[in-house]
Amino acid sequence: MTEIRFTVDGRPCLAKPGQTIVEAAKANGVYIPVLCHYEGLKPAGSCRICTVRVAGRYMAACTQPVTEGMAVENTAPDLEDMRKSLIEMLFVEGNHFCPACEKSGNCELQALGYRYRMLAPRFPYLWPVRTVDAGTPLVLLDRNRCVQCLRCVRGVRAKDGRKIFASVRRGPRVAIEIDHKLAAKLTEEEARRAMDLCPVGAILRKETGFVRPIGRRKFDHTPIGADVEKGIGR
Amino acid sequence: MPQAKDPVLRHPKDPSALLDIIRDVQAAAGHVSDQDIGRIAAHLKLAEAEVRGAVTFYHFFSLTPRGRSAVYLNDSITSRMAGRTAVARAFEEEAGCRFGEVSADGAIGLFPTSCIGMNDQEPSAIVDGVVFTALTPDKARALVRGLRAGTPARDLVAARGDGANQSDLVRSMVVNNIRRRGAVLFGAHETGAALRRAVSMTPKQVIDEVKRSGLLGRGGAGFPTGLKWEFCRREKAAQRYVVCNGDEGEPGTFKDRVILTELPRLLFEGLAVAGYAVGASTGILYLRSEYAYLRDHLEEVLAGLRRDGLLGPKAAGSASFDFDIVIKSGAGAYVCGEESALLESAEGKRGEPRDRPPFPVSVGYRDMPTTVNNIETLATAARILEEGAAWFKAMGTVQSAGTKLLSVSGDCSRPGVYEVEYGLTLADLLEMAGGTGAQAVQVGGPSGACVAPAGFGRRICFSDLATGGSVIVFGPGRDLFEVVGNFLEFFIEESCGWCVPCRAGNVLLRKKFEKIARGLASAEDLREIEEWGRLIKSTSRCGLGQTSPNPVLTTLKSFPELYQARLRKGAAHGSEFDLAAAVRDGCAAAGREPECKESLHD
Repeated sequence: MTEIRFTVDGRPCLAKPGQTIVEAAKANGVYIPVLCHYEGLKPAGSCRICTVRVAGRYMAACTQPVTEGMAVENTAPDLEDMRKSLIEMLFVEGNHFCPACEKSGNCELQALGYRYRMLAPRFPYLWPVRTVDAGTPLVLLDRNRCVQCLRCVRGVRAKDGRKIFASVRRGPRVAIEIDHKLAAKLTEEEARRAMDLCPVGAILRKETGFVRPIGRRKFDHTPIGADVEKGIGR
Repeated sequence: MPQAKDPVLRHPKDPSALLDIIRDVQAAAGHVSDQDIGRIAAHLKLAEAEVRGAVTFYHFFSLTPRGRSAVYLNDSITSRMAGRTAVARAFEEEAGCRFGEVSADGAIGLFPTSCIGMNDQEPSAIVDGVVFTALTPDKARALVRGLRAGTPARDLVAARGDGANQSDLVRSMVVNNIRRRGAVLFGAHETGAALRRAVSMTPKQVIDEVKRSGLLGRGGAGFPTGLKWEFCRREKAAQRYVVCNGDEGEPGTFKDRVILTELPRLLFEGLAVAGYAVGASTGILYLRSEYAYLRDHLEEVLAGLRRDGLLGPKAAGSASFDFDIVIKSGAGAYVCGEESALLESAEGKRGEPRDRPPFPVSVGYRDMPTTVNNIETLATAARILEEGAAWFKAMGTVQSAGTKLLSVSGDCSRPGVYEVEYGLTLADLLEMAGGTGAQAVQVGGPSGACVAPAGFGRRICFSDLATGGSVIVFGPGRDLFEVVGNFLEFFIEESCGWCVPCRAGNVLLRKKFEKIARGLASAEDLREIEEWGRLIKSTSRCGLGQTSPNPVLTTLKSFPELYQARLRKGAAHGSEFDLAAAVRDGCAAAGREPECKESLHD
């Protein structure tokens, strides 16, 4: 199989045919920030934080396959500011109270906020009224923190293939719903996986919390993306 | 209940039947109950949450009762300009409930709805599937009284419209308002001539003919039709599909409704030509729910075409071209006009756009190569096959060949459809339509551009004012801030909510716009709203979000003085919070003067 040559911010990179920009960049030690993307799941392109610019056109790097000779802009200041705007949008769109959240320190939205040095969002807070669904045995669904990344919709299925999480309504009122009948049969392991899939604190395993104390969590000492960038000499 | 009659069980146990089942249940029961959700999920082996997801995506489906009769009153700006507010009040008074509610006796439900394609005869409403146009407060009251007395909506239609609207299969009061007949769509033509010529050629020759004609997609995006067909044909696949996008939802457009009413044979012939060109045996017409009243008429036309041998096995006397057409219904979602969302909906799912690539020409309906073409595009393609590429190319401009069907509405004396050659100036169009003296013209609907008089010399064509066909005229007395506010509201209502910039960004954009409209903004707010608009355009996933800030951005450009006039003079920063107004009541109660007397509103 022939490799595809492309560049990210002028840096020569190689991709395998069919690889998306995010995957190929990662393989070359280049971090493109992602939130809805999760390795192994079909990309959704919902958060748009991975937006890059190619020949003046904006595209989601998680869904766009690399093509020969593609010159990807990844860290142009205006592009980085757009990403920061999208992260800020997510903070004002939901109700995110990091200090009280079980996911703090493991939360990818919070970690992106830190990486992008977000202080006060430029947008006014929308303070939406959202509901919590504690009606299933193992899982708590807190829509206040949901970013509609659709990872749970894409990645959590019942044994017969049915979706356990689904989107309901549309537009600003869109929300994730958990199927009570199917969720009642979730095993401990599946519930854990659902929680781990969720980039924020919207899906939590009930009856447990703060097993790993704040200060010793994933992003407490290492910024998000650092694992990808380890390959680059900086 | 026998299985054949049951709205759930009579459908195949195939998830692609989901929307058809929901539609039947909604029609039978007025809503989709929890019990029905469970039955549908069991029948199709889907999660109940997923069924609920589909019901709640579409405007005309509901989990709660919508009343024995449901009134959907158009909420487009043109409806408002034609007196919607008074009509809405009359509906509310007579029904005894507010919009968004069902009357206490369960008889009448009142709901607002996005543009229903009747902009030239507003205010209009869809009542139990029947269209009522040119409503007045008196007519609204009489309508509610009739419905409450148990008269079926279709029997409350006083007089039928013109043309096929009079037929017993349509029985509609809608009028066509065909103001100008051009040579292409309204030229004299013989049914079957185009398809017979096509099947006498090779598919490649058909594609080449369409390519030579320079036909560009009429839905607004302007993709070369021949090229689209060629891409689809090139894909190796067991099956290919041709789909007709009958979901014109851009506020202010209604020209496809007129084609569906008066030229359905030409349209279906165009779809068959496309099917022959790409190598499909099935064509699908995706018909927007608002035009469901035309469905029986369209089915009868299809039956006639089958009787005449233009559809079916060995269509149009060909050796081996087997082709037929099915109609699939939408259920109230503007975003389904986006081709990949349309395909999702046609497959029975929520109408959420797909990521591209892959494009529908390679992975489309049921993952097979699929072309999606606009109604007008297909009808035009049929005429090109009938008369030849050279005939077509001689009309219009070099880059924009042929004619365009425009839907003209708003402040003009002759609203309706106009078939004009590309290259016509806006000024000439306004002259034709009786809209001279306009303050502004919205070309291409909310997702298009708001043009000031200085731009009335601009031309309708792909290289200047590209449009899917919606032209709304705003006379001198209109408040453009009300127009922009209505358009922003429309995009928020119709966003699918999948991606962040469209879902959250449009709400934030409206918030900022309202601040400006209320006179609380500084110059900094103007800079920010422009920047936010560009962000939404650049990062949104589909055409809806990529155009949703246009009402703000194009009026900022065409009418900067309107925005400047609303700014707080000399203020470096405009607070959204009006302190004086907020403490006014408290101060009055305490009987003392507020310390900050100057209200920001004054």
